[in-house]
Amino acid sequence: MSSEKIIEHSEAAARFNKDVERVNWHDETLWFVREKRDKSAHQIPDWELLRETASKIKNNVLSNIHDYLVEFEANAQKNGIIVHWAADAKEHNEIVHSIMAKHDVKQMVKSKSMLTEECHLNDYLAEKGIEVIDSDLGEYIVQLRKEPPSHIVLPAIHLKKEDVSETFHEHLGTEKGNIDPQYLTESARLSLRNTFLTRKVALTGVNFAIAETGEIVVCTNEGNADMGAHLADVHIACMGFEKLIPQRKHLGVFLRLLARSATGQPITTFSSHFKKPREGKEIHIVIVDNGRSTQLGREDFRNSLKCIRCGACMNTCPVYRRSGGHSYHNAVAGPIGSILAPNLDMSKNADLPFASTLCGSCTNVCPVKIDIHDQLYKWRQVLVKEGHTPTAKTIAMKTMSTVLANPTIFNIAGKSGRFVMKNIPGLVNNKMNKWYDQREMPEVPEESFREWYKKNSREAKAKDNE
Amino acid sequence: MNSKEAILNKIKQNQPAVVTNLPDLNLLSSENPDVLATYKTVLKNIGGDPVEVANYDEIIDYIKTNYNLQKRLITTIPELSEIASLNWTNDDPHSLQDVELNVIKAHFGVAENSALWVTDDLLGQRVSPFIAQYLAIIVHKKDILASMHQAYERIGNQEYGFGTFIAGPSKTADIEQSLVLGAHGARGLIVFLLD
Repeated sequence: MSSEKIIEHSEAAARFNKDVERVNWHDETLWFVREKRDKSAHQIPDWELLRETASKIKNNVLSNIHDYLVEFEANAQKNGIIVHWAADAKEHNEIVHSIMAKHDVKQMVKSKSMLTEECHLNDYLAEKGIEVIDSDLGEYIVQLRKEPPSHIVLPAIHLKKEDVSETFHEHLGTEKGNIDPQYLTESARLSLRNTFLTRKVALTGVNFAIAETGEIVVCTNEGNADMGAHLADVHIACMGFEKLIPQRKHLGVFLRLLARSATGQPITTFSSHFKKPREGKEIHIVIVDNGRSTQLGREDFRNSLKCIRCGACMNTCPVYRRSGGHSYHNAVAGPIGSILAPNLDMSKNADLPFASTLCGSCTNVCPVKIDIHDQLYKWRQVLVKEGHTPTAKTIAMKTMSTVLANPTIFNIAGKSGRFVMKNIPGLVNNKMNKWYDQREMPEVPEESFREWYKKNSREAKAKDNE
Repeated sequence: MNSKEAILNKIKQNQPAVVTNLPDLNLLSSENPDVLATYKTVLKNIGGDPVEVANYDEIIDYIKTNYNLQKRLITTIPELSEIASLNWTNDDPHSLQDVELNVIKAHFGVAENSALWVTDDLLGQRVSPFIAQYLAIIVHKKDILASMHQAYERIGNQEYGFGTFIAGPSKTADIEQSLVLGAHGARGLIVFLLD
């Protein structure tokens, strides 16, 4: 929650790294998903053209999103869907609650929606006395554990089956110590089936909204969005406005890319197109801004709004894999989360663009060709200029620029540095110096290159021979 | 000013000045010399079972052999009335919770991902392919398309209230990436490929 003190990414990552075996397991698990993505992508000869096409469609959307939104709303209304607009998280939560209140319903079943995580909807509804059950298995697990999801596609990827077994034993009364995923999944299926059959309101996210037809598309593997929506009287679908695409035929491009990029599947099990409510039932769509229109105005960062939330950038990221999703303290973690989060709150999320090696792997796997690592680099410059970096780093950078700009100071600094590292290493090799974290420094040379060159260059030797 | 106007105004102000062109989707290839073979391979890879049949009698025989007819079987296909009930489409959808097997038809299938396109006129009830313990879908072999691009060409401006692509049985890998079939929806999917 926002009131809690944020633990910075580097500190959270350091804690995550204390359990070496578990970090290695986390790293390998996500790399395995990345490899599945590669295998799947390589089976499509047109893969790069497909990415380029998706990127161009999304560029078109961003350049014309005003008109597409107007078109979408008109068509959705024609289809009998009720459309709401929310400027921020607060208004989004209030709208959802008002729909619940209108129908006098106190319970909701929810399928995956990162937007509702972003808006902290569950906490808001809990305060209003409304019970929310997350029905995606991964989200259900983390909800029972009172944790946020650690990954947008694989919410419980940070947990081992032993953890899930314990959680289910406590909450669902499963056999203690039974860690069989089949058994655990079956237990959740039985419990959630009862939930689906008894809830009058179902909330889902939206993967794509089509301007041309006013329909929305929701993708799941489990079928939980459909079980909720088709059994409830009221279906509420929440979407950031950037989910729009122009025409139905463009789904062909995005549905080919989404699951292959996410998990390596050729498509999700269900790609459900909701166009009209069932007779006598309601579909509500809540279109949310919450900072997106601001990001649209930041030329360097607007491309982040092309994201289709596949999670490929997380699976490939060497920092994400070895720090875990929770270290990003944002609903969307990883590289894409790190360029979305500073837009939501610059000072709270100033650490995130630095949680990257800028290796560029994220950019290479992104199905809509977002220049993720370039944007991370650009955010760093914005954050430093606006004074959002830690004082220690600012002082260090200023000192460094003075030293590097003046040859005399540089010379003295080099000499004293070598002296200290050699004779009083404790002065630099200590907990205060981040450079020594998990690093051994090389042996200190007798002289600097400059000193060596003075003695050994052709001119110096010629002088000696004179 | 209400939120809608405020959001739209800000978007108009902040969106790029020049509208960029939409790309040509025809550049994307849909070539596949053997769509049926691809379809079957992909379906097996994602946990579904392809069964080739010549006619409805073979489908009936298959179901009689492989499913318990004492349990509740439903369908929307009159040819299957001997083994499954047709009289449920106007019931409360919750009453379908005890369905063992649901047999429906698809408009077409897609070879590259084995997905089948169904809309509410084929479903009887929207929840029917999700709530049944097992699902069987019939598709004509001649209706297997190569790619999703062809799929959306075929869908065109088709009118529906609800439509979905179904690819394989419901599944999850949320517990340590171990694949489990039958998350919330069908535990198994048979695709009858009809001559």
